[in-house]
Amino acid sequence: MKFAVVVFPGSNCDIDMYHAIKDELGEEAAYVDYRETSLKDYDAVLLPGGFSYGDYLRSGAIAARLPIAAGIKEAAEAGKPVLGVCNGFQVLLELGLLPGAMRRNRQLTFICKPATLIVENNQTVFTSTYENGQSISIPVAHGEGNYFCDEETLAELKENNQIAFTYKEDVNGSIDNIAGITNERGNVLGMMPHPERAVDDLLGSSDGLHMFQSLLKQWRESHAITS
Amino acid sequence: MYEIQVFVTLKEAVLDPQGKAVNHSLNQLGYSEVEDVRIGKVLTLTMNGEKETVEARVTEMCDKLLANPVIEDYRFEIKEALAQ
Repeated sequence: MKFAVVVFPGSNCDIDMYHAIKDELGEEAAYVDYRETSLKDYDAVLLPGGFSYGDYLRSGAIAARLPIAAGIKEAAEAGKPVLGVCNGFQVLLELGLLPGAMRRNRQLTFICKPATLIVENNQTVFTSTYENGQSISIPVAHGEGNYFCDEETLAELKENNQIAFTYKEDVNGSIDNIAGITNERGNVLGMMPHPERAVDDLLGSSDGLHMFQSLLKQWRESHAITS
Repeated sequence: MYEIQVFVTLKEAVLDPQGKAVNHSLNQLGYSEVEDVRIGKVLTLTMNGEKETVEARVTEMCDKLLANPVIEDYRFEIKEALAQ
């Protein structure tokens, strides 16, 4: 399975993402420059964390207007898995591929610590190797991760099972403790916590690796590949 | 030549943590009459173009990039500026 790691000016978790795929999952990964326009050659698209364009204007705003935006949208429309982590989540919101927006953390401080997440929906391509209601430990590192959407959107998210992860405890003021959401179709996931930083027990947790294993499992099943 | 000031603010229904912190700080400094603070940004654009099209173009820019309609409102003022 071939993963694209999109690199924006200011991405700083791209290497972690690459490492997670290449070394821990054992699949193919490649860095794709933001000036490219197509992601046709890849089976999944990863938007890493960091500070694209220094978070100028709004986090993710400028990155979402770059040439590669067309490729990301195309991949999402084609039904390929598109995962945005942290700044990648902010980019997906700015692209309009996911609903809502990010505000600064309620406590205004940058938060960097392991967080306990609850798996709310294991019926997605990203979460099938988790159990519903399972507690997992995934680190967070963000200053602007306070997820906001209006009540109508929140009701839709719930109705369509689009809330993939919640924080066990209130971390940043996000509505309903939301940590990650998918689009309606379920092939685009945005989350603030960093699964790529939890892919080996040496790092304190390997709970994040299951997300990438879920993607691989789904891909192998749909391509009838047995391992 | 036109100078356009674009004011981008969080919508009223959206919690503004920065504003809350400044409000709290002002209260602590003794400005207890301050009840609420909201923080926004001002963008100053200098533009060439026909007067009739400037407004439409700036509206487009706000909708496309400068403001996020999910959480932000915007308004702008257009002033004629002398050419440099």
